[in-house]
Amino acid sequence: MDKTQNNKAWFLVLPVLVLVAISAVLPLMTVVNYAFNDTFGNNEFFWAGLEWFEEMVTSDRLHEALGRQILFSAIILAIEVPLGILIALNMPKSGFWASLVLILISLPLLIPFNVVGTIWQIFGRVDIGLLGHTLAAIGIDYNYTNDAIDAWITVIVMDVWHWTSLVALLAYAGLQSIPQAYYQAAKIDQATRWSVFRYIELPKMKGVLLIAILLRFMDSFMIYTEPFVVTGGGPGNSTTFLSIDLAKMATGQFDLGPAAAFSLMYFCVILLISWVFYTVMTNLDREENR
Amino acid sequence: MSLELQGVSRSVGGRAHIHPTSLTLENGTMNVLLGPTSAGKTSLMRLMAGLDKPTTGRILWQGADVTGQRVQDRKVAMVYQQFINYPAMSVYDNIASPMRLMGKSAAEVDRAVRETADMLKLTPMLQRKPLELSGGQQQRCALARALVKGAGLVLLDEPLANLDYKLREELRIEIPRIFEASGAIFVYATTEPEEALLLGGNTATLWEGRVTQFGPTPSVYRLPADATTARVFSDPPMNFIPCRKEGTRLTFAGEAHAPATGTFAAIPDGTYQAGFRANHITLNRHSGDAVEFRCTLGVTEITGSETFVHLTHGSDKWVGLVHGVHQLDPGSQVSIFLDPAHVYLFDAEGRLAAPAPYAMAA
Amino acid sequence: MSQITLSKLAHSYSATPKSEADYALKEMDHVWQDGGAYALLGSSGCGKTTLLNIISGLVRPSQGRVLFGDRDVTDAATTERNIAQVFQFPVVYDTMTVRDNLSFPLRNRGMDAAYIAKRVNQIAQMIGMEAILNRKARGLTADAKQKISLGRGMVREDVNAILFDEPLTVIDPHMKWELRTQLKQLHRQFGHTMIYVTHDQTEALTFADKVVVMYDGRVVQMGTPEDLFETPAHTFVGYFIGSPGMNLFDAEVTGTEARLQGATVSLGAAYGPIKGRTQIGIRPEYVVLGDEGLPIDVKRVEDVGRHRIVRASLNGQPLNAILPEGASLPSDPRVTFAPGRTNVYADDWRVQGRAV
Repeated sequence: MDKTQNNKAWFLVLPVLVLVAISAVLPLMTVVNYAFNDTFGNNEFFWAGLEWFEEMVTSDRLHEALGRQILFSAIILAIEVPLGILIALNMPKSGFWASLVLILISLPLLIPFNVVGTIWQIFGRVDIGLLGHTLAAIGIDYNYTNDAIDAWITVIVMDVWHWTSLVALLAYAGLQSIPQAYYQAAKIDQATRWSVFRYIELPKMKGVLLIAILLRFMDSFMIYTEPFVVTGGGPGNSTTFLSIDLAKMATGQFDLGPAAAFSLMYFCVILLISWVFYTVMTNLDREENR
Repeated sequence: MSLELQGVSRSVGGRAHIHPTSLTLENGTMNVLLGPTSAGKTSLMRLMAGLDKPTTGRILWQGADVTGQRVQDRKVAMVYQQFINYPAMSVYDNIASPMRLMGKSAAEVDRAVRETADMLKLTPMLQRKPLELSGGQQQRCALARALVKGAGLVLLDEPLANLDYKLREELRIEIPRIFEASGAIFVYATTEPEEALLLGGNTATLWEGRVTQFGPTPSVYRLPADATTARVFSDPPMNFIPCRKEGTRLTFAGEAHAPATGTFAAIPDGTYQAGFRANHITLNRHSGDAVEFRCTLGVTEITGSETFVHLTHGSDKWVGLVHGVHQLDPGSQVSIFLDPAHVYLFDAEGRLAAPAPYAMAA
Repeated sequence: MSQITLSKLAHSYSATPKSEADYALKEMDHVWQDGGAYALLGSSGCGKTTLLNIISGLVRPSQGRVLFGDRDVTDAATTERNIAQVFQFPVVYDTMTVRDNLSFPLRNRGMDAAYIAKRVNQIAQMIGMEAILNRKARGLTADAKQKISLGRGMVREDVNAILFDEPLTVIDPHMKWELRTQLKQLHRQFGHTMIYVTHDQTEALTFADKVVVMYDGRVVQMGTPEDLFETPAHTFVGYFIGSPGMNLFDAEVTGTEARLQGATVSLGAAYGPIKGRTQIGIRPEYVVLGDEGLPIDVKRVEDVGRHRIVRASLNGQPLNAILPEGASLPSDPRVTFAPGRTNVYADDWRVQGRAV
């Protein structure tokens, strides 16, 4: 270490380590235990080796859920990132309106996940929901409980409503760090609006956008509460994403072994993708610096 | 009694930021660290303060080993290029804060604050907030905070760099006075040779993580140990020309001759680099010994009473600073004169072989 | 390229200025020659940045007009003014190569590719960057980036003016020399009208043909470096130009003589009766130390290498004098003032004397 250090400081971290051990590591070990054994209750376990893993890897059900999951994450990233940037670019830079817009835009982020689900579930209902009823009234055949496409649209619009603010706020913070002189220079150079975005704003926003994309990817890949509250994974299995499927398997069917194996693989996949993502991004950054 | 660095070095990720350095700063001295940006001035100061741990070597404070001791446990104060004050506190509370942290009584704090504020001409502004003050006053406030706790070591990292030229000039005159009143070891980092000269005391010249020379400021200026030090300690940059010594004769760039007398007489025959400062060039023959060079004139810059002339001589680029206002045509040929008494000779390794004779007389 | 006219120009940041004090820029009338190199010099808050922003179109003046040539540009946006600007810190497009940075203003104006290539190469050669034209601007040092900004400012041949806003602030002293001479050479070669804002007298004096000294929102003097040094029009100019600044003494002036608390100084010019606070000013460079003249009390001597600064007092008023390298301080130092170098001020403004 380069800094002059005081090793006593480590003791301050100890309580956190203990808490993490109890709240995260121990439960995870239980999951590992379930994944490699079969049980019929009564704390009796039989060694199953990689059987559950094999079953899960070859399971069509899992493949379909994974496919839906990837599609979902891809769609919401494709919408939320550009939309968030667009909002950030159009937000006032300072003054009363800047504060007001900031507060308004942060509101969806403050609402608990299950409440978001409930809001949209009611909002979209054809009988009493404002959205569903209005759509029905103007003759659009909309019903998220019967129609898979409608259900997808509802879930995606809900996620965009809930999370675009995060991207917008991060992008806004990036934009705020650009000195006025850059805009003045661009004017003098007669740069087009697109050039200003491409050569001044985007490079300055890149750092925070990477974080935004990573956060949104991880969150959306693990999404559970909101679609579960709205559609319960239906109609059929059309909005059953990985988490929902996992919960069904574990708490619905009590297939604890396969569910445990599934969640371990799920965990590893997220870890792996996040790591790859992070490495690629930081390398890109370093190369550009050269 | 002193601050002593013994073979202190620091490398980060295999790259040496500071090469092994031994330096003794005596109590009650003003020490200037002079060098260009990223020469290692700040790195060296951080080592002195204890903000960074040296990779090798020891640091002794008043004879006791303090290597690895935390900065909080040392008697150190630091002032930065940026004006760092607590924005929500009044100037009075800003200055008082280090004393209060030490648990001094209110009466003692009050006395110290008023004394320091008086020395730094802050008394009329004690009740104002730092951000309501001018840049110069903000930096005075930061200085006061550094001085009030009576730290034995006060580190100033380019404290005037962000100030207007004239304010800088005023504070430059004041800092030596403040320093004399404090009795502490002052370490002052700057990129400007003129600032080092105005502050006086001792100067350590830095280049690429090495202290190239350390000694009383005027003597480092007049007797640089090597070409690097001479370059660092000259603004405008020192001019160079190849020179040959044969017997009793010096030959500059194969064309101009001068007798090898004084300090030049004793050195062995051979090839040297001759260095001379801008202010020693003249446009007329002011002494019989002066050597004449034909140069191509570049741009001229007039400062009001003096003129900077940019010259090309063969492949060498020179700058001269001459008295008076001279409107000269760029591209024309001019004769310039140089008294050999103002010439330093450096050997092939860049070490000083013969100091300029005038410097020995001074 | 064109001449810049500031006509009855004034600016206040307050919407309803009541007194003169509300004006950041007090009324001024100036004509700046086409192709000239001008420096706006003053300490922070003197209005020099406001004036620059008015010329660049960032600020609309609250009264008066700005003309480029014959065209009134008071209400024209920055983009329409056809100017270039170099900022305090390097403003470069990090993700572009050096070449793209330099060609950007030309490409945006739809110039043809062959012309752009030729012009960019010419500029790159002037700023010494041919070797790294294909490198990304990001990762270059501050002074290299500032050179790119400089180059980008020069690349258009038809600009009305190039504005510099303290462009050497982030540059090391050693590099300042190089950039300053380069700028000067570029000015000679291309003949652009240049306006350079700075608080640094050395930069202003060495760069400009005409230095505009500003103080408290007012132009107190516009002149050549020599004018500012020899005949400062205002005591502020005397103080601000030169290190140390001009010595000022309260005195009584009658005819060709000034009386300084008992001592008499010959002025070299004749003056009529003077109203207001009367001071005489003499540059430290023209204070001659010797065995004759007025006795002084030496406080300190500072060795700055090429000369020494003697800080002393004369009848209780501070006095600075310059002692040339090699000269020694007399044991009983007295001063005389070099003939014809003394200026007379009434309420801070210079009074012109009659030749005798």
